[in-house]
Parts: sequence; C-alpha cells; structure tokens
Amino acid sequence: MLKLEKRPTPSTFWQYGTPVVAVLLTMVAGGLLFAALGKDPFAVIRTIFWDPVFGEFAFYLRGQLLVKAGPLILIAIGLALGFRAGIWNIGAEGQYIIGAVIGASVGLAAYPTESRWIFPAMILGGAFGGWLWAMIPAILKTRFNTNEILVSLMLVYVAETILAKAATGFLRNPDGAGFPGSRSFSSYKAASNPEIFAGSGLHWGGVAALVTAVLAYILLERHRLGFQIKLAGQAPRAARFHGVNPARLVVFCMGLSGALAGLAGIFEVSGPAGQISIDFNQGYGFTAIIVAFLGRLNPIGIVFAGLLMALTYVGGEMAATNLGLPSAAVQVFQGMLLFFLLGVDVLTNYRIRFFWGMK
Amino acid sequence: MQDILLSVEGIGKSYPGVRANDDVSFRIGTGEVHALLGENGAGKSTLVKMIYGLVKPDEGRMMLRGQPYAPVEPRAARAAGVAMVFQHFSLFEALNVAENVALGMENPPPMRELAARIRSVSEEYGLPLDPSRMVGDLSAGERQRVEIIRCLLQDPKLLIMDEPTSVLTPQEVGILFRTLRQLSSEGTAILYISHKLEEIRTLCDAATILRRGKVVGSADPRQSTARELAEMMVGAVLTPPERKAAEKGEVVLGVTALNAASPIPFGTSLKEVSFTVARGEVLGIAGVAGNGQDELLLALSGELKSAPDRVRIAGRAAGDLGPAERRRAGLVAAPEDRYGHAAAPDMSLVENAFLTGQIRRNLDRGGFIDWPATRAFADEIIATYDVRTPGNHVAARALSGGNLQKFLIGRELDQSPDVIVINQPTWGVDAAAAAAIRQAILNRAAEGAGVVVISQDLDELLEVSDMFAVLNEGRLTRPRPVKGLTIDEIGLMMGGAHGMEVAHHVEA
Repeated sequence: MLKLEKRPTPSTFWQYGTPVVAVLLTMVAGGLLFAALGKDPFAVIRTIFWDPVFGEFAFYLRGQLLVKAGPLILIAIGLALGFRAGIWNIGAEGQYIIGAVIGASVGLAAYPTESRWIFPAMILGGAFGGWLWAMIPAILKTRFNTNEILVSLMLVYVAETILAKAATGFLRNPDGAGFPGSRSFSSYKAASNPEIFAGSGLHWGGVAALVTAVLAYILLERHRLGFQIKLAGQAPRAARFHGVNPARLVVFCMGLSGALAGLAGIFEVSGPAGQISIDFNQGYGFTAIIVAFLGRLNPIGIVFAGLLMALTYVGGEMAATNLGLPSAAVQVFQGMLLFFLLGVDVLTNYRIRFFWGMK
Repeated sequence: MQDILLSVEGIGKSYPGVRANDDVSFRIGTGEVHALLGENGAGKSTLVKMIYGLVKPDEGRMMLRGQPYAPVEPRAARAAGVAMVFQHFSLFEALNVAENVALGMENPPPMRELAARIRSVSEEYGLPLDPSRMVGDLSAGERQRVEIIRCLLQDPKLLIMDEPTSVLTPQEVGILFRTLRQLSSEGTAILYISHKLEEIRTLCDAATILRRGKVVGSADPRQSTARELAEMMVGAVLTPPERKAAEKGEVVLGVTALNAASPIPFGTSLKEVSFTVARGEVLGIAGVAGNGQDELLLALSGELKSAPDRVRIAGRAAGDLGPAERRRAGLVAAPEDRYGHAAAPDMSLVENAFLTGQIRRNLDRGGFIDWPATRAFADEIIATYDVRTPGNHVAARALSGGNLQKFLIGRELDQSPDVIVINQPTWGVDAAAAAAIRQAILNRAAEGAGVVVISQDLDELLEVSDMFAVLNEGRLTRPRPVKGLTIDEIGLMMGGAHGMEVAHHVEA
C-alpha cells in the first residue's frame, strides 16, 4: 500500500529533481505510446531530443530552437510571476494575438515610411495591446470578483475572431490580390524583425526573452515586489498583513504577463511569421503554461524549460515528417510532460511511504 | 475504594519523528473526575484519541470494567460507554439543536421524542437548551452544551472533555462544573483535559501529568498547589513575570467610536469601540472568542481601514492608513493565527522577518531587499527570544507553535514600536514559553510602549494588564483598572452566563 506523508520542509532535492524525473518518465511513457503506434520508440525519442541539436540538420534546426523558445520564454515568465502570486492568467494566447495585431497595425499605418522609430513604436504597441487585453480580466476580477481563469480563457476566442477579421479585413494587404493576410514585414525594412546574426535564429524577441529572464529573477529574489508576489501566492492573509493591496497586485501581474505576451506576439509577427495571417499564432500562449510549470515558475528554470519545449516542437515536427508520426501523438507527448511534472511535483512537499497490509 | 472503570497499561504511539505516547499507564475509578495535565504537545490528545477509538495504539492495552478494551472506531467506543466532547465543536450551524443531536446518533428516535429527551436531560443537569433553536444563533457556551447533551443521551460511563472551559465565561465555567460534579456523583467518570491548574484543583479528584509523551507523575490536585502542578508539567522551576511600575506617559493610541464591518464570513462587526492607551500602559481586552477580537486586530493593524480620525497613533490620524504606513507611524501588530496570517508557513524565518520588519528595521534600499541585514534581524530575534530552530533558513511551519510564536512576537517587539497590539499572545504555547513572552511584553511597556493585549485567557490578562476591558458582540466595555477588580465583576463584564443563573438556583 502507499501513503503520502507531508514533509516538514519542502525537499530541495525534489525541487530541482522533479523536471528531470518528469522528462524521463515522459520518455518512457511516450516511448510506449510510439511503440503502440508501430514506430521504433528509440528512433522517435532520438529524433525528438537528439537530432535537432546534434543531428544532420542541426545547423538549421538549432536556429529553429531559438525561434520557438523565444516567445515561449517571454510569455512563460510573465505567466510565472502571476502564478506565483496565485493569479491565473490562462489567456496569454489572446494577449499574444492582440499584441501582435496592435503592434502590426502601428507598423502598417506608417507604411511605406522608412524611420528607425517605427520598429520601437510597434514594440510599444505590442506590449500595450497585450496589456490592454489582460486588463479586461484583471479589472473584472478586482471590480466584480469574476474568475480570471474563465474570463482570460474566453477572451482568447474573442482575440482569434479579431485576428481573423484583421487578416481578412482591416489589415489585409491592399496589394495582395484579395488573399487574406497583411503586408509582409520582411519586405518592409523599418518594421521587420530579422535575425540579428544570419542563420542563428536569434531575433530581438530572443534577446528580450533573455533580458526579461534576468530582470524577473532579480525581481523575485531581490526586490520587495517579488517578495510580495510570492507572499500573496503562498499566504494571502499574511500578504495583506504585510501591506500588499491584493487588487493592485492583480492589476500589476495580469498587466505584466499581458504586456510580455503582447511583446512575444509583435516579435513573432514582425519576424518569423512575417505577416498577420489567420493562423500565425501557434498556440505559444498555451504551451507557455507548460513551460512556466516545467521551469518551476523560476525565470532561469523557464529559460531551460523553453528550450526543452522548443526541442519537442522542432523534434516532433521532424518525427512527424521523417517517421510519419501523427502530429496528435506529438501533442500527447507534450501533454504527458505537464502531466508527469505535476504528478512528480507532489514529492517536493510529500514523501511516499510503503507499507504492507491494511492501515 | 472505588472500582476501576478504565485502566490504561503501557500504551505507546509513534508518529514519524515523534514519540507521542511512551509507556503510559493510569487508572480511572467509577465516578472519578480525573485530570490529564500537560503542556501542548505532551501527548494528551493522542492518548484520549486512543481511548475514544480515533487512533490505534502501537503497543499496550486497555481494560474497561475488567474487559479488554480496544475500540477500532469511535462508534465502538460509544457503544462501550465512552463519550467525548471535543475542543472544537462539530455542529452544523444551519440545523437546529435536535437535528444536530440526531446526526450523532446511531438510531435517532422521532424528532418530537428526541426534543423531549433533550429537554429533560438539559433540565436534569442544569444545562438549559431549547431543542428547536438554530445552532448558528447559539453562543460558544451554548454550543458546548449541545455537545455535552449529545454525549449524555448515550448514558456514558466515561466522559472525556478536551479543554472545555476555553470558550466559557467564569459563570459558565461554574455551571459546567456543577453539572460535571452531578454526573460524577451519579457514577459517571470524567477524564478532564486542561492546562488551567486552578480549575483542576477545584474540580478533579486525581491527576495524571504527562510530559513529552510520558507519565511524569500523578497527584491529588486538592493537596497540591498550582505552582507544584505547573512545575511537574513543565519540568522546571517557573518564575512569575516581573513588573516594574512604569510612569504612565502621554496617549499613544486613541480609538474613537470605531465602527467596522467584519470582512470575515459570520464575523462580528465592531460597534462604537473607544479606548486610549498611554505610554507604559498595558490594556487587556478579554472576551469569549468570536466577539470581534479578530476584527479589532485587523482594524488596528490597518488591514481594515476606517475614517482617518477614528484611530490615532502617537497623535496622528491613522484610520485610513494601511499596515505598512501604520508600522511607519509606530504601531506593530501580532495576529492570532500564526500559520498563514502572522507568518507565511512555507517561507523561511528570514523571509518572515522581512514580512513586518522591512519598514521599521530599514531592510530594503529603494525596494531592493537587504538580505544580509534581514538575516541579521532574524538571527537577532532567534537569539534574544530563545527560538529553538536549526537555523534561520528553515520554513516557519517546521517550528513548533510555541517556538514560532516566540519568533513572531520577538519580530514585532524588536522594532522599537510605540504601540504594540497582540491577539492571543500565548495561545497554544507551553507554560515556559508563555512566561517568556509575557515578560518580553512587559519589558517593552516598561520602556515606554503602549500595549494592547487581546486574549481569552483571563489569568494571563490579569497578570500583564493595567487596564481591563471586555469585547462583547463587537462592543467594548469602558476600560477599568485591573487593581481591585474581582472575578465576578469580570464575569459580568463578559456578559455573565448568558441568562443561565436561574437553572441551578432552582436545583439548589
């Protein structure tokens, strides 16, 4: 028989060990899944985890890793700060879309002017758009005590509708022969976000992600605001006793995570995606939730988690094209990662006791 | 010589890392009122839970009326004639008294018959109770009566009572004791758990004293002084707190006609609360739990705001200030609930030191936390207040209640405050630690701080206070000097026995 027993203090070993064990368990369970689908599990796992970094096409795929990891990290850090405070923004995908649409609108409004100020203005527009979209659940929560999980999630679908409208209506390329999608940013130099070093995959979004990770780490470890975020999440009444205004914290955390998601959106649309299209968003806003937890809600951990998650994306795509693995299987594989992570996470605060017979 | 009702022989129980009971043996005679005495964590609760069938002993055996007794669950214990009144009531507020009683019975009779039985038992034992009243409307004392009557309906041979007087006014305690004596004279044995020594000396025939899970002695409480019992319980010589008569200075905390709606569900709102506290003065606020104590603390700490002039700290209007600004103005507060309100349980002692120490101890530079200074502050508290901990890095929840309380009180006292507000300074704290905490509070008052102590422990309040007031249904009585106050007067200030005196008069 099994019994869970609360530890007096959280285990440091499991705090760091959990993601590693979760990844290993995912490989085992994923391997079984792939075997059941009639694929060689070792080949699939190698394709997903090894080939993108060290395989034949690594020179290209490594860049892809950074392209995918950048937005994941940027969004996940914002989410993690909120999650730490017990504020559950599940709608980063919507904030990411609205950030992209508003940022792109700023750039397209200036077309075809060439000025060095256009790109910075677009970035501000992106952050503003994400912030604005996150303010809706934030203000509804503080004013009317609505549930931010539901409201932010529902707003994703509203944002997707607005995106479709933008791509086929108000942002459609007037010279595009009626095809949906905006003008291409890669051919509009003042508004484009190219790779900083050709072939590296690193664009300004990746730089922003790394800088944000460092700043967020300092905020959490050194600054009073970070302390208040952690306090509000762990002991809300103690936070009020300390002097935290809960409503202000909700507005701050939602706003920050929205702004970071919006930034990820504008970097993506002006860089790798290249234009506003109906489906330029790739679910980064949702995957970032997994990344945030996989990284232990710790900014530095999130950098590694983002890279790992990018690996499953890139490797998963490879496995799908090269080995004929259904893409749904890859998504199940990513889901398993979160599942095992949350499952193993129990060991941080509890230990398992085995005993024989009935209690 | 009485017959032996229950004998406990060599009982032991271990929990991971703790030996809760070790080779515990004692006997209770028929009709005996037997005290189980010990500090928090001495193993009293574990022991009675084993007798009541909630916990299974690891070793040892029990005999009830000469038969081996090993209840596997409370139902078996009740069938054998053992009943228990818990410290925390298990009643449904939205049901009436009879319905609550019926829920605890195996085969409840029809409601009408049950109501009649409740009425007759309550009259017989001088515990008036209307079976049709809603439990949500009852006072704590009345709720306890529901629990007792629920037990009495089972006609128990042994009644276990866990800290029954902590929620009662002195008059209610008197009535309870008369009921218990009546039960005892009819042959029901009572196992009475408490750490209030005077009570035990007036009520009990015998006492078994536990310390760290072991029986360290037994005594006849009528022949022993409270001091002797306390020293057996603690295992050390106790010194009562020392008072240096301090000069009363100017008023540092003034509260004027403070009204505040309770933010707590089923809480009590504050109504027209007024008092002042001068430098060097300790105001003790008594009252049965749930009469606005938590709300008063919130209203003083700044977690509950009011109009600016309702609360004045050192002459400055502070009613609209939040907790951080009130600290800056000179007021520190220590809430009752240590795990989750006064402290963040999962955070380290260092982080918890920062929690309130930040402002008055200057633990940040423009928002950036000065961790070395915060660690030094935590170490200072640990050293000054004798907090037993492996280090400043451990989580608050890993500390025992008494140790954490020493840390949290020390954290507030070591901020050179002008005003100190403490709710339940020694609740759940062992006698030695409680004495240390009271002494530390008195020392701060002697140095010129104004102190408000909110507590349900009357002995404690009378020991530390200069002025005494009672909070009753959100209203505060006018503070009176402690000197010359009798226990009867205090009882009446607390709302007497909720109109119960009549009951026993009839019987007498």
